[in-house]
Amino acid sequence: MADRFPSPFEIETPAGAEGWRELYTYSSVFSEERRDYEDTGFWFHDGVHWPEAMTPWDTTFLEFAIASLSQYNTRHYLIPPAYGVDYRILNGYVYLSPVPAPEEEIEARVPHFMERAGFYFGNWDRLYDDWLVKIRALVQEMSDLTFEPLPEMEDLEVITSGAGVGSGNALLAGYHRLLDLGLTLWQYHFEFLNLGYAAYLDFFGFCKTAFPSIPDLAIAKMVAGVDVDLFRPDDELKRLARLAVSSGVDDRFGTGDVKDTWAKLHSDDVGQAWIAEWEKSAEPWFNFSTGSGFYHSDKIWIENIEVPVGYITDYIVKVKEGVDLDRPVAALHVERDRVVSEYRELLASDEDREAFDGKLGLSRTVFPYVENHNFYVEHWAHSVLWRKMKDLGAVLHGAGFIAEVNDVFMFKRSEVGEVLWDLYSAWAVGAPPRGPGYWPAEVERRRGIHQALKGWSAPPALGIPPEVVTEPFTVMLWGITSDSVSAWLNAGEGGEEGVLTGFAASPGLVEGPARVIFSADQVGEIQDGEILVAPLTAPSWAPVFGKIKATVTDVGGMMSHAAIVCREYGLPAVTGTAFGTKTITTGQILRVDGNTGKVTVIG
Amino acid sequence: MAECPSAIPFGTLAGEHHLQVGGKCASLGTMSQAGLPVPPGFAITTRVFADARETSGVMPRIKELIDDIDDRDGAALARVAAAARDLVRSWPLPEVHESEIRRMYAELCELCDLDEVPVAVRSSATSEDSPDASFAGEHDSYLWVCGIDEVLDKVRACWASLYTDRAITYRNQMGYAHDEVDMAVAVQKMVRPRSAGVAFTLDPTNGDRSGICIDAAWGFGEGVVSGDVTPDNFLVDKVMWSISRRTISPKTHAHLLTEQGDGHRPVVTRVELDEDKANAPCLTDAEIVAIARLARVAEKHYGFAQDIEWAVDDDLPQGSDVVLLQARPETVWSKKKRDVGAKVDAMASIVDTLVNPLYSKRGTQPA
Repeated sequence: MADRFPSPFEIETPAGAEGWRELYTYSSVFSEERRDYEDTGFWFHDGVHWPEAMTPWDTTFLEFAIASLSQYNTRHYLIPPAYGVDYRILNGYVYLSPVPAPEEEIEARVPHFMERAGFYFGNWDRLYDDWLVKIRALVQEMSDLTFEPLPEMEDLEVITSGAGVGSGNALLAGYHRLLDLGLTLWQYHFEFLNLGYAAYLDFFGFCKTAFPSIPDLAIAKMVAGVDVDLFRPDDELKRLARLAVSSGVDDRFGTGDVKDTWAKLHSDDVGQAWIAEWEKSAEPWFNFSTGSGFYHSDKIWIENIEVPVGYITDYIVKVKEGVDLDRPVAALHVERDRVVSEYRELLASDEDREAFDGKLGLSRTVFPYVENHNFYVEHWAHSVLWRKMKDLGAVLHGAGFIAEVNDVFMFKRSEVGEVLWDLYSAWAVGAPPRGPGYWPAEVERRRGIHQALKGWSAPPALGIPPEVVTEPFTVMLWGITSDSVSAWLNAGEGGEEGVLTGFAASPGLVEGPARVIFSADQVGEIQDGEILVAPLTAPSWAPVFGKIKATVTDVGGMMSHAAIVCREYGLPAVTGTAFGTKTITTGQILRVDGNTGKVTVIG
Repeated sequence: MAECPSAIPFGTLAGEHHLQVGGKCASLGTMSQAGLPVPPGFAITTRVFADARETSGVMPRIKELIDDIDDRDGAALARVAAAARDLVRSWPLPEVHESEIRRMYAELCELCDLDEVPVAVRSSATSEDSPDASFAGEHDSYLWVCGIDEVLDKVRACWASLYTDRAITYRNQMGYAHDEVDMAVAVQKMVRPRSAGVAFTLDPTNGDRSGICIDAAWGFGEGVVSGDVTPDNFLVDKVMWSISRRTISPKTHAHLLTEQGDGHRPVVTRVELDEDKANAPCLTDAEIVAIARLARVAEKHYGFAQDIEWAVDDDLPQGSDVVLLQARPETVWSKKKRDVGAKVDAMASIVDTLVNPLYSKRGTQPA
């Protein structure tokens, strides 16, 4: 077995991607200046959130997210053993490295952590209620941003109101405001999350000590909520499907394209009534990304209504067949209570039962945030921010700076300020900007680099693995453990032929044909009874979980979205296999054992 | 109380009839009622015994023979006992009882899809005056009994075993009257296991009470119990019913049934297995979970951690082919205190969790 992964300094640039470093923030790439630090560290590829090569602007939310996570660990709550998580971009892919707090500082951090985290745990419900208000207000502010082409002449109103500032100022300020709101969003995101995981880990550790062989998913099941916002978009689809059938407009679905369906619905009162209900569901619940929410190219339901309408069409068929689409909420509650009471009864003493009750109680207090934040941040708020950036792209496209609206994401976030300055100052002067002559060719060059990076296969890790992986968030968020690290090191070195291992994320044992899917665009290829193999799954794929028999992912742990959704749908899942999409091909027959985390190619 | 039936299947043997079926049958009935699937069969009640005894009219003769005997005179005792047994074996079986026993044996054959299912015919003695008397091991049992005629013959043989030398001596020593003891008979299917083994209702490697640990090998469980076969090992979570650990071992040998050359009575022989068979799992996942559920029911029924012996009997219909052979309390871990001793103060506990994370303790465990 190898004892280390390749050095980040050994990794070669893929052909055609020369110059890729200039596409990203100068501080986000491996460099000679920090080589001593970088070359002795352990870096793992974050395929949970960023499975594909990044375009320059898309790294904005990566940088906001990782800095915010780190800031709360390091500076707000002083998580005793953990500083933040460092990040680098290599060949367009994201690598992360947890930074431990220096041994000698840990003890001094403890009282601060207890005071600060204790305050949040002690006031959790009130603070979370406040959070829900804050996040909605923030999304509202984002929605209020506007990016308009600069006018030939300022409105008279600007003069008569004595405003003293004009449209160019508003354009520049609007972009800065978007970045500010984006960073604020990510600060909010991590206000609760790290603490939520800490409380969960404490309960998790207790259960593992009391019952060394307890399945991880049993612990998850005891804590997990049944009514979770992440399931709400799917529930809304089902509601609309039932309404279509009960109001008799179901025959307008699935007969032509979505425009055709919409035209038919608009043609009479009952159809329009259905559209009114659709609109109630759509805001906010269809601000739902088909991906992780971290790519401008992720499809968002509300902007690609063929996606949710396609799912509704499938659901209509099931409603008419008499299939009960409701999640068995009452049964899930009963099952959760059963699992809790049986483990509780097996504990050795009343003192243990008291500790169990306390830890479970705290975990359940914090868990609604853990489960729900993802909808508000990665789906809803990001949807709005991507939309606004596309509005900005439309302005630049209109001014001839870029050939396509989405080329705005080929700019680094700092460059956008310069580009807008070029546009603004030329508009102010009444002279030509440099951009239209400069950027289209440069964007084309960058597109070529990005294409070359997309074809590159990112190794799961770089550098020297720690003897043991101890950083709690690395384990929880990314599912990286000492075992998975050694599995990566062993890969291709005599591991059992045709066998992949990962997390036993959702129980059950099934066999069936594989369907390998690399992105949300391919979701339509999935056939009934297949086993989904994907780098990761997104919550918005929920409707396909009604078709498939099991899920295998490359990345993610017990708390990954695939794990949560599969448990909800009662499907076996093995997550974090690292090589699933690389070694399995569509049509191979797989045996997926969600009890043991083993995937076997059997034919 | 309704008149006692001639024979009662274990599965419907209610407490009201325990006095008429003897301790052994009562225990089989209790286990069946508690959801512990013992090998199927039925109890022939003491009513059959009593009716046959009365009809025969030979009791005064037997009493006369035995009352006068000095049980210290071995030769005399043996002679008298043999004469008494001969008398019992000649008892006629009243038609109403015989037809009922024939019917129940036929049903058992049907359940097992066999013409003449091999059964064990076991004595199950009882005394109305001394309901707690066990009579354990005092009377005879017969294994591999095939066909109704042989069954009826062995039922009388069980009755007759009231008059073995040792049974007579035992009653004399314990102060029971010789006509006070009644004899019921258990007729129970002989298990012909495809796989068998043991199960603990905790993980014997660490005392984890949430796990059910199963050792299993091909054929009879002797090899697992004696340790001359390395068994497959499974750990099942007793709340989630998932299989959390499985180790398939090369089970090079198995204890299997072989027919003896001269007679039809089979014997269990240790035989070598070919490599494919040795390395194949000897249980399906459904069987593993069924065994675990059975062990859990035993644990709940007795209120203590259990150490059970079980078998998968291919003669029985799928889904009810896992049978319990024996249950006894687990004695090693049950006596140890196994508290977590976690900090009840939430913040102190969270700090502890963060500073000494679990994964640092189990980081190097083998996959």
